[in-house]
Amino acid sequence: MKLDRIITSPSPWLQPGGPNDDIVLSTRIRLARNVAGRPFLTRLTPEEQQDLEAYLKKAVLAALKPDAFTWFELEAMPQIDRQCLVERHLISRELAAAEGQRGVAVGPKQRIAIMANEEDHLRLQVYAPGLQLQDAWQEADALDDRLEKQVTYTFSPALGYLTACPTNVGTGLRASVMLHLPALVLTRQIEKVFNAVARLRLAVRGLYGEGTQATGDIYQISNQASLGHTEQEILSTLGTVIAQIIAYEKEARGALVGDSPTAIDDRVLRSWAILTHARIISSEETLALLSAVRLGIHLKRLNGVDIGTVNELFLMTRRGHIQKIRGAELGESERDVARADYIRKRLGTN
Amino acid sequence: MVSAPVADSHTRHRRRTKENEVLCQRCKKQQATIHLTEILSNEKRERHLCEDCAREEGIAIKAQVNLQDILSGMLEAHENAGRDAGLRCPDCGITYAEFRNQGRLGCPHDYDVFAEPLQEVLAKVHGATEHVGKLPRRAGADSRGQRELMQLRRQLRSAVEAEQYEEAARLRDLLHEKDAAGETR
Repeated sequence: MKLDRIITSPSPWLQPGGPNDDIVLSTRIRLARNVAGRPFLTRLTPEEQQDLEAYLKKAVLAALKPDAFTWFELEAMPQIDRQCLVERHLISRELAAAEGQRGVAVGPKQRIAIMANEEDHLRLQVYAPGLQLQDAWQEADALDDRLEKQVTYTFSPALGYLTACPTNVGTGLRASVMLHLPALVLTRQIEKVFNAVARLRLAVRGLYGEGTQATGDIYQISNQASLGHTEQEILSTLGTVIAQIIAYEKEARGALVGDSPTAIDDRVLRSWAILTHARIISSEETLALLSAVRLGIHLKRLNGVDIGTVNELFLMTRRGHIQKIRGAELGESERDVARADYIRKRLGTN
Repeated sequence: MVSAPVADSHTRHRRRTKENEVLCQRCKKQQATIHLTEILSNEKRERHLCEDCAREEGIAIKAQVNLQDILSGMLEAHENAGRDAGLRCPDCGITYAEFRNQGRLGCPHDYDVFAEPLQEVLAKVHGATEHVGKLPRRAGADSRGQRELMQLRRQLRSAVEAEQYEEAARLRDLLHEKDAAGETR
C-alpha cells in the first residue's frame, strides 16, 4: 500500500462503533521487544543499525503476510509524511525524529504498526476502536507469537523481556486508552481523575502525549508499571479505572444537561457555527470546537451530524494532514485557511 | 477559549512578555504567571494569579513532566551513586554513570552488571522487581523451566515460613522431579 493511501484512509482509532465509543476513542497495546545477541540502539554503530533494520524487515515480513503489510523506511521519507504517521499514531515522535536506518511495518486497516529501531529493536502496536483492551491484547499477543517464530527475543527469567529503558522491562507492555472527557473538564473534575490515576501507577497524557494539557479534551491513560504484574493484571487494573472514569464522565454529562441545558446548547451550537463558517482557524481552536460538537452529538443536542466525520476531523485537521490534503507545504497562516476550507467542505457548508 | 483550571505555567508564561507583566489578583504582590479563563455556567471570568496563590486555591500547575527527567532524578538520588557510577559493562562498554545520564541501557547484559543499583530503580518505577508475565515460546523452554523452578522455590519458601509442611513437602518433591528431568541448567 502506498503511503499516500494510508494517509488519506480512515484510522482505526477514530472509527465509531467500538464499545463505549461515546467516551472511548480507541485502545492501543504496545509491546517492546529486543533481538537476542545484539546491543540496544544506543550502542549500535550506523552499520550495525542498518544491518539490524534489514534483518527486522525480513523477519517481520516473513512472520506476517507480506502482502498485507507494507514496510516504510523512515530515513528517506519526507518530513511531512513522517509527521502524518505521527499524527496517525502509527509511529512515535521519537522514531520520526531519530537518525539512522529505521522503519515501520503498517498492517491491514492500520490496526497494526510495528516500529523497528525505535528505542527498542521492535515496538509492536495494535489499535482497536473504542474500549477493547482484551481484543487488542489478544491480537498483540498472537502477533508477538508469530514474530517470535522468526526472532529470538532477549529475555531473562527474572526480569522478563529486557528493554533499553528499565521503565519498560518485564512484560514490555503499555496498554493505553484514549478518552474524550469534555464533561469532566467542564465541570472541573478532571484534576480529581488525574490524582486518582497517578496513585495507581497509571499515566495520563494528552492526544499526542504532550503533558496533560487538554487537546480537544482527549486524554490517554496507560499503565506505567510493566514489571511484577501479569499482562492480565495490568489490563484488568487499567480496565477497572477506565470503567470508573467512563461512569464519572457519563454522570458529568448528565449533570451538564440537567443543570444548564441552555448553556450546553449554546456552547455546542456556537462551536458548530464557527466550524461551519470560519475562514481562518487554528489547530488548537479546531480541537476545542470539535470536542464541543462531539459532546453535542452524543448528548443529542446536535442532530444530523455524522459522528464519524467529526472524529475523522480530529486527525485530518492536524498540521501534517492538512498539508498533505492540500498537496503543498504551507506556512502557519496558510494552514489555518486551508484547515477552515477543509472543515467546511467536510461538514457540507462549503 | 475555554479551559479547565489546569494551567501550564511554562507555555502560558512564555506568552506574557515583560511589557505586559500582570500582578497577581489575589496577593497583589507577586507577578502573575498563571492565567486562567474559566467559564462557569454562562459567566466568563479571567484570572491572573501567582504560583503561590494558584497553589493555595488548589489549582494544579501542570508542567511538562518527562519520564526521562524523573528517571534521571531518581537515579541521581541513589545513595550509592558514587560507587555505582564507575560500574562498566564488559559487553557493551557503557558505565552506570552514562546510563544515568541518558536513561537508556547499552545491552541486555547491563541488567546483570548494574543489577544492584537497578533494583532500587525497578522497585520505584514498577513497585516490583520480578517478572511474572508472558514467557517467550522459542527462547524458550529453558527460560520457562528456570522461571517455573524459581516460582516453585518461592512457593516452597513461603510454605515453610507459613509452617505448611505438607505443602512444603509436595513442592520439594516437585522440585526434585524437575531437577531430575534435567530442566535446570
